[in-house]
Amino acid sequence: MGDNLISVNNVSVNFDYQENFISKKQKIHAVNNINIKIKKGSFFGLVGESGSGKTTLGRAILGANKISSGNVIFHDDERDYDLTDMNKQDLKEYRKKAQLIFQDPYAALSPRMTVRDIIAEPLEVMKITNSREETDERVRDIAAKCRLNIEHLRRFPHAFSGGQRQRISIARALVSNPKFIVADESVAALDVSIQADILNLLKQLQSELNLTYLFISHDLSVVAHVCDVVAVMYLGHIVEMGPSRELFKNPKHSYTKALLSSIPSIDPEKRSEAIELKGEIPSALNPPPGCVFRTRCPNPGVDCKGGEINMGLTEVEPGHWVDQCCVI
Amino acid sequence: MSHLLEVKNLDVKFDTDEGRITAVENISLSVDQGEVLGIVGESGSGKSVTAKSIMKLNPGNTSYNEDAEIILDNENVLQFTSKQDLKKIRGGKVSMIFQEPMASFAPAIKIGAQMVEQLLIHKNINKDEAKSISINMLKRVGIADAEKRFNQYAFELSGGMRQRAMIAMALSTMPKLLLADEPTTALDVTIQAQVINLIKDIIKEYQMGVIFITHDLGVIAQVADHVAVMYLGSVVEKGPVNEILKNPKHPYTKGLLQALPDINNLDAPLSPIPGNIPSPLDRPTGCVFRTRCPHHNPEGKDGKIEMKLIEVETGHWVDQCGIKCGQNG
Repeated sequence: MGDNLISVNNVSVNFDYQENFISKKQKIHAVNNINIKIKKGSFFGLVGESGSGKTTLGRAILGANKISSGNVIFHDDERDYDLTDMNKQDLKEYRKKAQLIFQDPYAALSPRMTVRDIIAEPLEVMKITNSREETDERVRDIAAKCRLNIEHLRRFPHAFSGGQRQRISIARALVSNPKFIVADESVAALDVSIQADILNLLKQLQSELNLTYLFISHDLSVVAHVCDVVAVMYLGHIVEMGPSRELFKNPKHSYTKALLSSIPSIDPEKRSEAIELKGEIPSALNPPPGCVFRTRCPNPGVDCKGGEINMGLTEVEPGHWVDQCCVI
Repeated sequence: MSHLLEVKNLDVKFDTDEGRITAVENISLSVDQGEVLGIVGESGSGKSVTAKSIMKLNPGNTSYNEDAEIILDNENVLQFTSKQDLKKIRGGKVSMIFQEPMASFAPAIKIGAQMVEQLLIHKNINKDEAKSISINMLKRVGIADAEKRFNQYAFELSGGMRQRAMIAMALSTMPKLLLADEPTTALDVTIQAQVINLIKDIIKEYQMGVIFITHDLGVIAQVADHVAVMYLGSVVEKGPVNEILKNPKHPYTKGLLQALPDINNLDAPLSPIPGNIPSPLDRPTGCVFRTRCPHHNPEGKDGKIEMKLIEVETGHWVDQCGIKCGQNG
């Protein structure tokens, strides 16, 4: 497979849902028929509103959510791991190589553990190191890379600011020497100046440690800045995907266009020309048939309005994929 | 014409176990009718504390300085002590919209009942009138099936809808001043755009004054007429929105703008403001920003320059230390 690290093939994730014990069992279609390839060393962005399925997809790729159909392949140097067909031993190996950074640095760190113990925990749980000295050395090493002070290791998380805590989370994710990192809204809870600092750190670590990121965010300007490739999700489907500059300069799907126009401009004279989307994202319990976006689409075509066009990505330019409903 | 709200030389201090914390120092602001004042700053800069002071909603360990004045509609709010007087402002003359719409509605009481309750407290009307005012207000903020929503609980509404209901509730008593504390932060961008347009329309329609608190400079650019930039409890720069965002003078304002990813300029590097915001327990003397200022002037660095806003252009005020630093880089 050469230069891909992760291949996601026709992945769907459904959840069972029952409102109460006498009502009918239903299925929530959280993620539908997703195909993505994440290149080695890339910064792959996943954007969308809440409820679009970005976190579910991220967790499915990490093996934390059950995949209902399709498969995810992790191409390691020596061998490929198929996430849907994995024994316990493989899963343990995979967990060392794929890690997650959470959104909220206040909730993600145990208040009762010192920073050293927090960062060392993955090493101990996964039995990567053999002695305490070895563990300490790895912890110090990664802490320095994440620009944490060595003296900080003895303290507890409450002594740190949001940005420092996020650096502790990053150090914990990186200590097992992973190749693939899922960063789920990792800068959403931070102030802008700290956000810039963390984004720069992630970029720097990427080149130092040869990392590949799946970066999940709802903030398009952040994604545009750091990601090489971006996929836009809506109600469990990818509606547009492409190299980030191309996609943001030349968006084709009406949802991407609406999202871009909704970003409040920093220029007070450019007062909002936002394409206002009516209503809200429909429930994933019964998504509209055909194009899922048509209920809110500002300019639906005749066929599309009736839901007669199925979802499916078409390549409009090399590497730039758009849902066919919006291409016609 | 006198201002709708005028805050003069306000200090807010909290007594805590670790000592007395200065949350806000020497703040002066004003808001006119039909005007939106944006307050921006990082977390911990004292934005919310300032807003809450206007309703005297800060906790019991708060002390205000004696020469401070918060003049709302020709009355000094800080002099109010009786419950009766405070009731006039809280929810009457001033309403507040909070960041988390889920946390601000009582979960076990129907939305309609909560709206009616506050109307009965503040207006001299009966229940049926209150109900019709509430339903009309829900319609005005763009909630479809207002009658149905009136009888629902907060958890039955989506995030955007809840925030609209919150706005409807805040506006139904026809306050003169609206305090909006990060009202769009928890919302998705498309919903945020809807809510911003709604707030702008309503301000025009009812000619109320608004204090709009946010950390998002993009949102400020879209809604505010004037901006005050706060850092560690002090206003470091204030003025008309255009002037502040296009011609910032203070290094902190410049830093905030440089740290912001701009979708129209992807080649610009993201430059964070170095260092961390100091603890309010050891607030720097002199210029509060000096510990992080990238190009401090020697006197400012030593804390020898007092904080003082100076008018550099009509209506554009900058802290005097910041002016010198701004010239250096």
